[in-house]
Amino acid sequence: MTVLVFTIVVWLVSTLAGFLGALTGLGGGVVVVPVLALALGVDIKYAIGASLVSVIATSSGAAAAYVREGFSNIRIGLFLEIATTLGALLGAFLATRTSTHIIAIIFGFVLMQAAYQSLANKTPEDAPPIESDALATRLRLGGTFPVKGERQEYGVRNVPAGFTMMFGAGALSGLLGIGSGAVKVIAMDRAMKIPFKVSTTTSNFMIGVTAAASAGVYLNRGYIDPRLAMPVMLGVLGGALLGTRVLVHARVSTLRIVFGLVILALAIEMIVNGFTGRI
Amino acid sequence: MDDRRLENIIGKLLRTGVLLAAAVVLAGAGLYLVNHHSEQVSFHAFVTEPAQLRTLPGIVASAFHLQGEGLMQFGLLLLIATPVARVALAVVGFYLERDRLYALVSLIVLAVLAFSLMHAS
Repeated sequence: MTVLVFTIVVWLVSTLAGFLGALTGLGGGVVVVPVLALALGVDIKYAIGASLVSVIATSSGAAAAYVREGFSNIRIGLFLEIATTLGALLGAFLATRTSTHIIAIIFGFVLMQAAYQSLANKTPEDAPPIESDALATRLRLGGTFPVKGERQEYGVRNVPAGFTMMFGAGALSGLLGIGSGAVKVIAMDRAMKIPFKVSTTTSNFMIGVTAAASAGVYLNRGYIDPRLAMPVMLGVLGGALLGTRVLVHARVSTLRIVFGLVILALAIEMIVNGFTGRI
Repeated sequence: MDDRRLENIIGKLLRTGVLLAAAVVLAGAGLYLVNHHSEQVSFHAFVTEPAQLRTLPGIVASAFHLQGEGLMQFGLLLLIATPVARVALAVVGFYLERDRLYALVSLIVLAVLAFSLMHAS
């Protein structure tokens, strides 16, 4: 393939991935890596390098809009970033020592989870806000968020459990070059009892910082090739910005099912290719 | 200075950083495509990048010589620097809020990021 054709194809695929990733809330990275690896035969190390860069772009690009809504909690974000950045460093080092077959298989299982999430599509009901426990009070993690025009207080619980899960989320992000926003949201929403909207917007903030922690290692090991990362980053970013605009008007339930099935197919492909040694 | 104001400033910083990075990457892409558009390309096999695209000094030098690949990589470097700048700003912001605990928390995150990026220099 010539440079021009390759760049255009990668850009188109990445735009679609960013668009669908924003509509379904799964992020562009989980789609773009398997498509690059399976359809275009890109070595998975280059694919995760390019994906990681695009993850930083979408996280930072959306941040201003999220801040305006007033849900994100900077203290929770920063405190848990200690865990995610350390995890990301570990993950990135592991990525340089793990065979691409194993990475492909692990990626496949993460895709399975994403497919399930997309197909099940449960928007969790928020339990009534609770009081912070002792540690969360000492760390002043609680905050307020807008409910029908008024700011309502919420508390935070189970900090050690959330912190541990965040370390895992960071490791997954560093190993696979994805944002691992889903795990971050589960850690905050389920484990730490933080309201769902606060969890998702704070997670978006954290994704960029987490990815930046692996980026140094990726760059140094030559995982980030600008010729590939350029169309991926520009595509995913553009697609994601478009997706967030459309999100307000679109009915996404049918789309989620189609998208979930596509991801499921990609997951199976990745696992099969990993086991047969073709990736 | 309170948390909401700090978050607002940080949100704007992040958006500006991304737009700037994307503009530099686009400029590099233009140069690269003009010079190399009809060459064959394949990423089938992993061969590590040349040193000039893997180290901070190498990338900066390559970008200033207006090489397409170097300029694109420089733009990606700006992108990677954006969340780092966000954490650095949080250190200053919390310090101004006289919140020593969170100034320290931000400083720890910044140290981890600096450790990672030192690998690239």
